[in-house]
Amino acid sequence: MKEPKQLSVSAIQNGTVIDHIPAKNLFKVIQILGLDRFDNQITFGTNLESKKLGKKAIIKISGKYFADDDINRIALVAPDAKLNIIKDYEVIEKKVVEVPDTITGIARCMNPKCITNFEAVTTRFKVVSKKNVALKCYYCEKITNQENLQII
Amino acid sequence: MKKRSLVSIDDFSTEEILKVIDLAVEFEKQPIRKLLEGKVIATLFFEPSTRTRLSFESAINKLGGKIVGFSDSSSSSVSKGETLHDTIKMVSSYCDLIVMRHPIEGSARYASEVASVPVINAGDGANQHPTQTMLDLYSIRKTQGRLEDLNIFMVGDLKYGRTVHSLMMAMSRWNATFNFIAPEELRMPDEFKLYLDNMGLKYYEHTDFTDIISKADIIYMTRVQKERFSDPMEYEKVKNVYVLRNSMLENTKPNMRILHPLPRVNEIHPDVDSNPKAYYFEQALNGVYTRQAILCTLLGIKI
Repeated sequence: MKEPKQLSVSAIQNGTVIDHIPAKNLFKVIQILGLDRFDNQITFGTNLESKKLGKKAIIKISGKYFADDDINRIALVAPDAKLNIIKDYEVIEKKVVEVPDTITGIARCMNPKCITNFEAVTTRFKVVSKKNVALKCYYCEKITNQENLQII
Repeated sequence: MKKRSLVSIDDFSTEEILKVIDLAVEFEKQPIRKLLEGKVIATLFFEPSTRTRLSFESAINKLGGKIVGFSDSSSSSVSKGETLHDTIKMVSSYCDLIVMRHPIEGSARYASEVASVPVINAGDGANQHPTQTMLDLYSIRKTQGRLEDLNIFMVGDLKYGRTVHSLMMAMSRWNATFNFIAPEELRMPDEFKLYLDNMGLKYYEHTDFTDIISKADIIYMTRVQKERFSDPMEYEKVKNVYVLRNSMLENTKPNMRILHPLPRVNEIHPDVDSNPKAYYFEQALNGVYTRQAILCTLLGIKI
């Protein structure tokens, strides 16, 4: 008898599961982590039910573990994201993301008169508030707040 | 020597600021010193600013340095579409230090990263103009004999005035008390008041000149510009409220001095000019000594 057809989005053997991503920011997370350029097997689901977020997304990346500095880069778009580190189908560690002290090259400065919006300058910010994210531009010294946050 | 630039007044520690002021005192005693002989200073003015440019060029000339540069970007390769990055890269191989003014905010910080020589920010849009702040501090210490515990009055456009913001931040290092006098539309922004709250410093807000100016040690005047008002009627209502006249100075303290970053339009009546408390023209002259001190400091030249 033929086995029932099943999609292979089930558990991964080794790798990282990123859960509790706001559904609308799934592709930003993919972009920030550069997942579109990975050779690893990656599956993701979006618009899944979530009590906390309404609609959430989840990403499973096979055979990949992230350094904290790398993963914290997604904190701007997925502040509640939770990571499960998987080895041999077991969750061996759970992590939460943390907004880093400085942000390089992810966000756009909201000041239209800032040099970073005129020339090919990598943006740099000091995080002046982590709860309601507020970023101070290293160049023009203006504050970009959560409502005006744009991911490059 | 490690390359050192002056982009924002916060780039200098309190100790370094005081060192620059002390050095400026020496230049005031003896302005002509050939300390920059053999050095080339580039003055890149991507937007015109006669006052600041002449002050820098006078400082450089008194030190025996040579100047290359432009006073308007239409006469530079910028008009051909060259990036700031490339202009700065190219110019830094021709000179020992770059003085630049640029309309785009953050441009000076960026230039200081790109350049192989020190950069002095002579104004980057509405952002920073640290040599103005430095000369204001010099003028305050010279006229008051100290920087500590002074009562500073700031008058006019406190919303957009970058000079008042920088001066306020700088003076907060020396336990100043502030009085802000501004029309409703041009009040000191909340972020700066929050800063003073966090520093535990006292400030008071007023919408017109009151008897309280008798308490001032320094009155710092700024221009109230018509284009800052969303409603032209508002401007008409307030334009004469923020004009300082000689008759208002009667009960002010003997040590009180009036400062203004210039150019003035009508906010200080000409009848104030002959009052010994008017200090704005001397203040402009102090800019030359202060800039001499900054140039030597960044180039590591001892006198």
